[in-house]
Amino acid sequence: MALFARRAVAPLEYTRKTWMRLWVLGVMAFLYAPLLVLMAFSFNDSKRNVVWKGFTLKYYVKALANDSLVEALVNSLTIALLATVISVVLGALAGLMLWRFRFPLKGTVEGVMALPIIVPEICMGVAMLIFFAKVQWPTGLPWPLNLSAITIAHITFCFPFVAMVVRSRMASFNREQEEAAKDLGASEWQTFRDILLPHMRPSLVAGALLAFTLSLDDFVITFFTSGPDTVTFPIKVYSMVRFSVTPEVNAASTILIILTVALTAVALKLQGVKAFAEAH
Amino acid sequence: MALQDWRLHKRPFAAIAGAPILWLVLFFVVPMGIVWLYSFGQNVGPADIAITGTLDNYKRATEWLYLSIFFKSLAVAALVTLICLVVGFPVAMAITFASEKWRPWLLLGIMLPFWTNLLVRTYALMTVMGGNGYANRGLGALWNGASWLKTLVGLQPLEAWTPVQLLYNNFAVVVGLVYVHLPFMVLPLYSALDRLDRSLIEASLDLGAGHLRTLTRIVMPLAAPGIAAGVMITLIPALGAYLTPDLMGGTDSQMIANVIERQFKRANDWPFGAALSFLLIYAMFILVALQSLRSGRTAKEAR
Repeated sequence: MALFARRAVAPLEYTRKTWMRLWVLGVMAFLYAPLLVLMAFSFNDSKRNVVWKGFTLKYYVKALANDSLVEALVNSLTIALLATVISVVLGALAGLMLWRFRFPLKGTVEGVMALPIIVPEICMGVAMLIFFAKVQWPTGLPWPLNLSAITIAHITFCFPFVAMVVRSRMASFNREQEEAAKDLGASEWQTFRDILLPHMRPSLVAGALLAFTLSLDDFVITFFTSGPDTVTFPIKVYSMVRFSVTPEVNAASTILIILTVALTAVALKLQGVKAFAEAH
Repeated sequence: MALQDWRLHKRPFAAIAGAPILWLVLFFVVPMGIVWLYSFGQNVGPADIAITGTLDNYKRATEWLYLSIFFKSLAVAALVTLICLVVGFPVAMAITFASEKWRPWLLLGIMLPFWTNLLVRTYALMTVMGGNGYANRGLGALWNGASWLKTLVGLQPLEAWTPVQLLYNNFAVVVGLVYVHLPFMVLPLYSALDRLDRSLIEASLDLGAGHLRTLTRIVMPLAAPGIAAGVMITLIPALGAYLTPDLMGGTDSQMIANVIERQFKRANDWPFGAALSFLLIYAMFILVALQSLRSGRTAKEAR
């Protein structure tokens, strides 16, 4: 076992010191224990979260039979998907714009684009609430159009993140390739499609994953833009936690955790552990 | 190669810049502008707000009641940031100096909770910290162990264990915020430590400084930009936190975001809520300005 390796510990091998290992272990336990307990008790055959009474899947059956919960999950995934697609397009364009051009007020545009990232969520939620009330955004539209307000709000805080990722990726682009393509007669569009886009691709994947998780995760901004018939998964879980804690919430949460892990696994498969770690 | 001037490439510039700038103006600048205008308005009817240019909302927002909640939020956020820094720094060190094989997995271990839904994580922590949760049972076991040890040496045993209230107080809010924001701190710390020139640490150790002295005199000053970045990235969302104090806090642990939310839902006083929102945004601006002032000074010293 590596833990009991006989090789002497070199001065910089801090990770091989026992107290350091215990510290990291403690932090990991702090981060993961609650999630593991939650997942374990979603299979517990008891109304309360305390004593293990035996294995059951009935709360999953209940959660999946709960129409409003399933509807909320479908809403969340739909919003996340739409928001991701549009955020990636807008973010890629914004990243390209900042990387490629010099234009008046560029500093201001850069600053304003960073604002959705730093402005507190609560303030953006409030702004969206007032905005959609003021312009009298239509409510009660058929699905999925009724999700448009939430989707717009999500895109607004997702695409600056994508722009940031794309821009930092473009910094490593060799402009001579673009010039060579143009010298050889490629049009602006052909250069973009065949030269720039392939170079951008890893950042688009990373940006898409980031946007998808940010959108799926968001509670506060959605809380202010959602109406009674446009409930997303976090909003639904919130009201369930608030008013009646049932093991159904455990089951639904476990489904979402597994979804997150699966998404991360896809990202790992696409990019490799190392590149993935470096991209974030 | 230099940047291209937009005037020489008007059509590609319009094609690239049009959509993102339009989106940003329409769905960010305009909504924020409306909030700003509302903060100078007053309620004239149940659903009618007149923008009269009044400063009353700001005057009310700076009353002691609201100011004290604001300072309390700031204190809680600062405490959370400090705990995250103290807990996260050794973790970032461990990741930096881990073997090639382990490093990505440790990083993944820190990032996976960060990708997990915030509400799910808060709820998970609440089940563990509840009256009959595992945190309480662990403490109970420790208590009973101590009691048993006392009887072993012939002393009176401790009185029976009663579960402590871990949830719905300020303590729970701090623990919850640390739980949520720890990855925010570790990641920038790691990226700063990773860029560090290791020969400097080796030189310091070779020249006779101990590990602690090397840490405080060499590693920490060199990692200062990363520490500052981590502090900002933790402090700003912690200051504006809504969900954790709402779900895990008691009646006395509301933070500024909860007060803002109340103005828009229950109290239905939008102009006042708008003024509070903008005070929070101004506080962020001050923090960001302090940070860029600091990093600007460091850059100047480096030159």
